[in-house]
Amino acid sequence: MWPDERVVRFVTENFIPARVHVKDDAQEFQRYGQKYNAQWTPTILELDSDGTEVHRIEGFLPNDDFLAQLMLGRAQLDFKQGKFADAERRFREVVDQLPDTDAAPEALYWSGVSRYKASNDASALNETARAFTQRYQDSTWAKKSVIWK
Amino acid sequence: MTAKAEQAIEFRHDVDNVLAEAGRQHKPVLLDFSAAPM
Repeated sequence: MWPDERVVRFVTENFIPARVHVKDDAQEFQRYGQKYNAQWTPTILELDSDGTEVHRIEGFLPNDDFLAQLMLGRAQLDFKQGKFADAERRFREVVDQLPDTDAAPEALYWSGVSRYKASNDASALNETARAFTQRYQDSTWAKKSVIWK
Repeated sequence: MTAKAEQAIEFRHDVDNVLAEAGRQHKPVLLDFSAAPM
C-alpha cells in the first residue's frame, strides 16, 4: 500500500500524514484508537481539518484499491464541505483512473449526486442511472441509482 | 515497497500538533493506525 509511488504522491499532496503505531506509539495509539474507535490495523482515517472522520479504510488492500479508497475519501471531504464541483471531479477521477476497483461504482454514484448538488439539474441523476446500465450493473450502487431513471 | 518511496511519506507522530496544524491550515489529515514494522 504505502510503497506505491502514486499513493506517496497522493498522500503528500492532499494530507498532513500522521501515524500512531501500536507498539512504538503505545500511549497515542490507546488514546486515539479509543477516540476514533480503531480496533484493528491497519486502520486509515481521512479526517477533515477539524479532526472529524470522513472516510475509513480497514485492512490491507492492493495498491490500486488502496489508492482508489484514498481518492474516494478525498472526494468525500470536498462533498461534505459543499464543494460539489470539486467533489464531482474527484469522484470522476476514481472512475476514470481506477475503473476496476471496488471504489469505482461508489464513486460513479457520488459523482452523479455531486453534479446534481452543484447544478440542481435532475438530469445528472438520470444520466448516472443510465451509466449504471452499462457498467457495475451488479453493484449496490447500481441498485441505489435505479430510482433515478 | 521501496525504501525510497516509504521515506517519501513523512508520517508525523505528534498527533495533537498535527490536528492543531490541520485546523490552522484548513488541510485534511490522514491518520494511520499501524502495526507494521517501522
